[in-house]
Amino acid sequence: MTREQNISQSIEEKPSKRIMLDIKGLFKSFEDNHVLNGFNLKLHEGENLVIMGKSGSGKSVMIKCLVGLMQPDSGEIQVMGKDISKLNQTELDDLRTEIGFLFQGSALYDSMTVRENLEFPLRRHKKKFGDIKDTTALVTEALDSVGLAHTMDLMPSELSGGMKRRVALARTLILKPKIILYDEPTSGLDPITSKEIIELMKNIQKKYKTSSLIITHDVDCARVVSERMILLVDGINYAEGSFKELSELSDKKIRAFFK
Amino acid sequence: MPKVITIKTRIQDFFIEIGELSIFTGRFFKEVFSRPFEFKELIKQCYNIGNKSLLLVAVTGFIIGLVITLQTRPTLQEFGAESWMPSMVSISIIREIGPVIIALICAGKVGSGIGAELGSMRVTEQIDAMEVSGTNPFKYLVVTRVLACTFMLPVLVIFGDTIALYGSYIVENLKGEVSFVLYFNKVFNALEFGDIIPATIKTFFFGYAIGIVGCFKGYYCKKGTAGVGIAANSAVVFSSLLLFIIDFIAVFITDIFFEI
Ligand SMILES: Nc1ncnc2c1ncn2[C@@H]1O[C@H](COP(=O)(O)OP(=O)(O)OP(=O)(O)O)[C@@H](O)[C@H]1O
Ligand SMILES: [Mg+2]
Repeated sequence: MTREQNISQSIEEKPSKRIMLDIKGLFKSFEDNHVLNGFNLKLHEGENLVIMGKSGSGKSVMIKCLVGLMQPDSGEIQVMGKDISKLNQTELDDLRTEIGFLFQGSALYDSMTVRENLEFPLRRHKKKFGDIKDTTALVTEALDSVGLAHTMDLMPSELSGGMKRRVALARTLILKPKIILYDEPTSGLDPITSKEIIELMKNIQKKYKTSSLIITHDVDCARVVSERMILLVDGINYAEGSFKELSELSDKKIRAFFK
Repeated sequence: MPKVITIKTRIQDFFIEIGELSIFTGRFFKEVFSRPFEFKELIKQCYNIGNKSLLLVAVTGFIIGLVITLQTRPTLQEFGAESWMPSMVSISIIREIGPVIIALICAGKVGSGIGAELGSMRVTEQIDAMEVSGTNPFKYLVVTRVLACTFMLPVLVIFGDTIALYGSYIVENLKGEVSFVLYFNKVFNALEFGDIIPATIKTFFFGYAIGIVGCFKGYYCKKGTAGVGIAANSAVVFSSLLLFIIDFIAVFITDIFFEI
């Protein structure tokens, strides 16, 4: 498909805003375990989209397919108009500079200091920034935005769970991505720290004008950050709408989320 | 019949594993020659491996030297052939005992370390995080570690062999009062190219085997902390087995070319 076709197609669908992520009919199974059965999703520019689903419903599998960490069985995935299955490694890596990925378990490199963790994404993404000799400014800026500038020289093992999550967030921010994928940003954190992380996500959204896809099963988080929500049940987008709309529906499977 | 079935599946699993390891090896050789090269990480890994095992290798080497000399001395004495001690000990250490024992020690120390490290990186999604941030994790983690093992094991073996010869010299000196110069004169007179070169070449393969098996087990670690334990453990078992197979092949080939 040519670029022109792509653009005209997206104009048809949503005249005002560009489509950042577009998933059509995503299927993925592990042997007999059919995890995704035709999942669809569209993320518009500047939007906060929340995906809710219970544990094991395939949320992590879905966003791993989005960044090419897993190959879907079938379905089409477009990131900023590019079909990721058709990209070669270099093109995929270039595209990945535009996508921040916050892992469920933070995934900090535990043999490196906080500073080295933040510098790591910069090493291969010189194209976007030019050849940076001194990364201190970038690292400080990213750490400042999560309020942890003083931890620069600590090892991840010296940080608490909430701090790790924030450092991980800083690591995704350092490339100034256009899209951020949050995989359960508040899981395993106490309510107060969760609130801080949620606040942070909103600030980041304002400051960097990112489009965010937020995976969660934390209702509070969904209420505060979501502009639109998708409920992932049985491997499909079971329901779609704003938090208010969905929370008023009477379907049994949907009610279960809002108890 | 359940017993037969388990043995059969075990043998099958073993061959599946060999197949997967071959694919992994193929990928290693594809990636090792392509840019970008991770020199900094390679140097760091070399340093790590050497630093971690130096003391262990030294102690083991020293004890090997002592023990072999103490054990063989009486036998040689019976034949009145004590003056053959240095040549006998040096040939057996350099050709076989040194490389094999030090490689086994490193399989235990370095191989399990790599298996556990990469395994826990896999489980905690650090490898995925690397991939997303545009660094090829295979290149950054696997290629550097395998190369570091390949280069460092010969160094460690040479170091261990030297310490072993010192150990042997100490026993000789105490029991038979041989001077240092005389002892090492005899050692180097006994050794030929046919002893040193094949023995050194095979240590490169030993190092490679330890590295590739450790990385293979860690890189494809099963989810969960139990997976990390299994990765570390099977890295040691599998690479030790592989060491003996390589040793057998190496001796076989050496026999053809050097007619030992
Ligand atoms: N690599 C894999 N191999 C086999 N099965 C997998 C793999 N990854 C995920 N699965 C299976 O896919 C299903 C969905 O997993 P996933 O991690 O996406 O759940 P999730 O929705 O993110 O749940 P949680 O909220 O607990 O994180 C699970 O049943 C899991 O067993
Ligand atoms: Mg998940």
